[in-house]
Amino acid sequence: MGSALDLSRWQFGITTIYHFLFVPLTLGTVWFVAMFQTMWHFTGKEIYLKLTKFFGKLFLINFAMGVVTGIVQEFQFGMNWSEYSRFVGDVFGAPLAMEGLLAFFLESTFLGLWIFGWDRLPKKLHLATIWAAAVGTMLSAYFILAANAWMQHPVGYEIDPATGRAVLNDIGAVLFQNTAVMAFLHTMTASFMVSGAAVAAVGAWFLTKNRQVDVFRPAMKAGAVVTLVAAVGVSITGDLFSKIMVEQQPMKMAAAEALYDTQEDAPFSVLTIGDVTGDSATPIIEVPGLLSFLSTGDFNATVEGINDLQAAYEAQYGPGDYVPYVPVTYWSFRLMIGVGMLAAAWALWALWRYRRGRNPQGTGPVSRAFGIATPLIVLAPLAASTFGWIFTEMGRQPWVVFGEQLTADAVSPLLTTTEVWISLIGFTLVYAILAVIEVALLLKYIKQGAPEQVVADPYEEAAKQADEDKQLYFAY
Amino acid sequence: MDLVTIWFILIAVLWIGYFVLDGFDLGVGVLMPFIGKDDLRRRVMVNTIGPVWDGNEVWLLVAGGATFAAFPLWYATMFSGFYLALFVLLLALIIRGVAFEYRGKRDSQAWRDRWDKAIFVGSAVPALLFGVAFGNVIGGSPIAPLEGTTADNASNLNFVGNFFDLLNPYALLMGVMTLTIFTTHGAIFLMLKTRGEVRAAARTAALRVGLVAAVAAVATLLWTQAFSERVSITLPMALVAAVLWIGALWMVLKGRDGWAFSLSAGTILVAVASLFVGLFPNVMLSSIDPAFNLTVTNASSQEYTLTIMTWVAVIMTPIVLAYQGWTYWVFRKRISTSMIPPQPSAGRADDRFAATK
Ligand code: HDD
Ligand code: HEM
Ligand code: HEM
Repeated sequence: MGSALDLSRWQFGITTIYHFLFVPLTLGTVWFVAMFQTMWHFTGKEIYLKLTKFFGKLFLINFAMGVVTGIVQEFQFGMNWSEYSRFVGDVFGAPLAMEGLLAFFLESTFLGLWIFGWDRLPKKLHLATIWAAAVGTMLSAYFILAANAWMQHPVGYEIDPATGRAVLNDIGAVLFQNTAVMAFLHTMTASFMVSGAAVAAVGAWFLTKNRQVDVFRPAMKAGAVVTLVAAVGVSITGDLFSKIMVEQQPMKMAAAEALYDTQEDAPFSVLTIGDVTGDSATPIIEVPGLLSFLSTGDFNATVEGINDLQAAYEAQYGPGDYVPYVPVTYWSFRLMIGVGMLAAAWALWALWRYRRGRNPQGTGPVSRAFGIATPLIVLAPLAASTFGWIFTEMGRQPWVVFGEQLTADAVSPLLTTTEVWISLIGFTLVYAILAVIEVALLLKYIKQGAPEQVVADPYEEAAKQADEDKQLYFAY
Repeated sequence: MDLVTIWFILIAVLWIGYFVLDGFDLGVGVLMPFIGKDDLRRRVMVNTIGPVWDGNEVWLLVAGGATFAAFPLWYATMFSGFYLALFVLLLALIIRGVAFEYRGKRDSQAWRDRWDKAIFVGSAVPALLFGVAFGNVIGGSPIAPLEGTTADNASNLNFVGNFFDLLNPYALLMGVMTLTIFTTHGAIFLMLKTRGEVRAAARTAALRVGLVAAVAAVATLLWTQAFSERVSITLPMALVAAVLWIGALWMVLKGRDGWAFSLSAGTILVAVASLFVGLFPNVMLSSIDPAFNLTVTNASSQEYTLTIMTWVAVIMTPIVLAYQGWTYWVFRKRISTSMIPPQPSAGRADDRFAATK
C-alpha cells in the first residue's frame, strides 16, 4: 500500500468516520437539551434546568470536536480529490455552499448566544437560541446528505461535452431525490438512537449508583423511549432505503449479501463462515426469502447476483472490475443492523428494570450484567452508524460518483505519497490525542453529576445588580 | 454585469468578511502570551471572542464552499496545490477551536497553559498562512497543464510546483503583513471590549504592532502593483488603505476605541478589495505562462448553478449579517478582570449566583 490514491482513501475514510462519531451525538443531543430547557420553561421544575445544564455541557464538549473535524472535511475535497472537485463542482458545490450559508452560520452563531447568553437574553429568547441551533444542525445534515446522495445516485445534471465536466440542470432533483430524503431520515433516526442511548445510559448509570435519582430517572426514561422509537424509525427507513438502493445500485445489495448468482426468493444469511470473496460462502444461519423481501418487498422476487451485474456493467461501462470489496460490505451491513439493535434491546431492559419508580440496587448477576452493559451500550449505535457509512461508501466502490467517475480517477493527479503520508499521520495522531482528551473530559463531567443548585433566571438577577463591575454569570 | 463577475465579487466579499471578523479572533489569540500575563487576563481575552469566534470562522468555510460551487477549478487547483500549507492550517485551526472550548474545563494551571499555547500557535500560524496563500494566488505560482495535455481545457491546469515554491519572498512578505495587521486588529478589538489593565496593555500592543504592520503593508501593497491588472485603481486603493490605517493608529493614540476599530476594519476591507480588483479577471496567476492563468471564465461553473447560488447568497447574506450583528449587540458590554467569576472550580461557572448568594 502506498499510492497517493490508497493513502488518500485511508485518510478520507479515517477523518470522515472520526467526524461522524461526533455528528450523530450532536444531531440528537441538541434536541434533548432543547427539550429539557423547554420543559423547564413550561413546567418550572428545577430538575429540567439541571438536566439542561448537565447535558448542555456534555453536548458542547462534543460539539467542539464536531466543528473542528468538519473543517477538515470541507477542505479535503479540493486537497486530495481535485479531479473529483473539477468534475462535480458545478453540481456538488451548490449544496455544500448552501450548507454553509443556511446551516453553519445558524448553528454556530446561535450556539454562541446560547452558551454565553444566559444572563444577557430574556428567558424566552434564550430558549429560542437553542432551538435555532438545533434547526441549524438539522439543515446541515440535510444538505450534506443530499450532496452525498448525489454521489450514490447522480441526478439533475448533464455532462458538458466540451469540458467533460458535470453541469447542474435541476437543483430540485439534486436536493429532493428519494435517495437524499431517505438518507436524511435514516441518518436522523440513527442519530437519535445514538444520542438516545447515550442519554439513557448516563441516566441509568446514576440510577445504578443511586445518585441524584430524581434528576436522572426522567433522563433515563426519555433517552430509552427515544432509542426505542428511533429503532423502529431506523428499521422502517432502512427497509425503504434498501429498496431504493436495489433500484439504483443493485451491485451494492448483491455485495451486501455476497450473492454471487442471481436468485429467486433469495435468502438473507445472518452469519457466514469461510470466504465471502469467492463463490464458496457457507452461510450457517439463513432466513429464506428475506433478501428478496428487503430488496423488493416480495419474498419470491429475483435478486440479481454479483456475476450477472459485473457482466452487465462491463457491457455498459467497458472492461473493468465493478465489484466492491465484498467482505467489508457483507459484514458492515450485518453489523450495522445487529449492533444497532442491541441498543434497542438494552433500552427495553432499562425501562423494565426501572419501571414505576423502582431502583433495584442488588448485587446479583443481573444487576452486575446491567452495570456492565450500561456504559458499553453507548458504543453500540455509534458503531452501527459507522458501519452504515462504511457500507454505503465502500459499497459504492469502485465509483466515487456512481456510473460517472471512478474513485481512481478522482484523486489529485500530482499529489505525492510523501505529502499524503505526512497529512495522514498528522491527522491521525492529532485526532487520537484529541479523542483521549475528549473522552476524559466527558467522563469527568458525567461523574460530576448535575449541578446541585441552579439560578432560575440569570437575566433577572443580572438586571437587579446595577453595578458596572458585576461578575458575569457565565464565562470561560 | 455577468454572473461570473458577480461571483468574483461575492467571493471577495466573503474573504473580506472573514478577514475583518476572524482577523481579530486570530489577533487576540496571537496576543495571548503578550497581553495575558496571568490567567485572569487571559480569561478576559478569551471571553471577548468566546461567543463569536465560531460564527466568524464560518465565513472561511463559506468562502471555501462558495469557491467550490462557483469556481470549481480554482478550488481544486488551489487546494490540491497548497496541500501541505493547508494541512498545517487545518491542524492549527483544529487545536485553536478545541482550545477555546476546553481550556477552562479543568482546574489546573498546567492544563490551561498548554491550551493557551495551542491558542497562540493555532492563531499565529493561520494569520501568517492566509497571507502566504494569497501571495501565491496573486503573485503567481507554478501552474501548468498536466504532461501530455494542453491548456485548452482548463481542467488540465494544475499546480506543478512543490511546498517550497510557496515560500517565495513576496508571499512571505504578504504573510508578515496579515500576521501583523490581524494582531493589531485584535489588539484594537480588545481595547473596544475591555476595561482596565487589559485595555491598557492592548493599547500599547496596538501601537507597537501597528507600526510594524504599517511598514509591512506599504511594502506589500506597493509590490502588489507589479502584478495588478489595473494599477490606476489599485494604487489609489492601496493609498486609501494606508490612510485608514494611520487613522486607526491615531484613534488608538487618542483612545477612541470605536473609531479605531472601524478604521482598522476599513483598512482590511480596502486592502483585500484592492487585491481582488488587481486580480480580476484572473483567479490564479501562473508564474510559468500567462496562458495558463485560471480566470473567472475558464474556472467557473455554468450559468444555471451560478444563478441559483446568486439567489441563495443574495437572500441569505443579509440575514446572516443581521443575526451576527445582533450577536455583537447582545455581547456589547466591556469586560474587565474584576468581572470574571472565580475560576469555575471544574467549570461550574453557571452556578455562581447560587454560590455567592
Ligand atoms: C448527517 C450529518 C453530517 C454529515 C454526513 C457530515 N456532517 Fe459535518 N457536521 C454536521 C453534520 C454532518 C453537524 C451536525 O452539523 C456538525 C457536527 C457537529 C457540529 O458541530 O456540526 C458538523 C460540522 C461540520 C463543519 C463545521 C461547521 C461549523 O463550524 O459550525 C464542517 C465544515 C462540516 N461539518 C463539513 C462536513 C463535510 C464536508 C462532510 C462530508 C464529508 C460532513 N461535514 C459530513
Ligand atoms: C457528503 C458527505 C460525503 C461525501 C461527499 C463523501 C465522499 C467520499 C469520497 C470522495 C471518498 C473517497 C473515495 C474512496 O476512498 O473510496 C469517500 C470515502 C469514504 N467515505 Fe465518504 N463521503 C461523505 C460522507 C461520509 C460519511 C459521513 C462517512 C462516515 C463516517 C463516510 C465514510 C467514508 C468511508 C469509510 C470512505 C472510505 C471508503 C474507501 O476507502 O474506499 N463518508 N467518501
Ligand atoms: C433494520 C435495520 C436497518 C436496515 C434495513 C438498514 C438499511 C440501510 C441501507 C440499505 C443503507 C445503505 C443505503 C445506501 O447506501 O444507499 C444504510 C445506511 C446507513 N445505516 Fe442503516 N439500516 C438499518 C439499521 C441501522 C441502524 C440500527 C443504524 C445506526 C444506529 C443505521 C445507520 C446507518 C447509517 C448512518 C447509514 C449511512 C447513511 C446513508 O447512506 O446516508 N442503520 N442502512
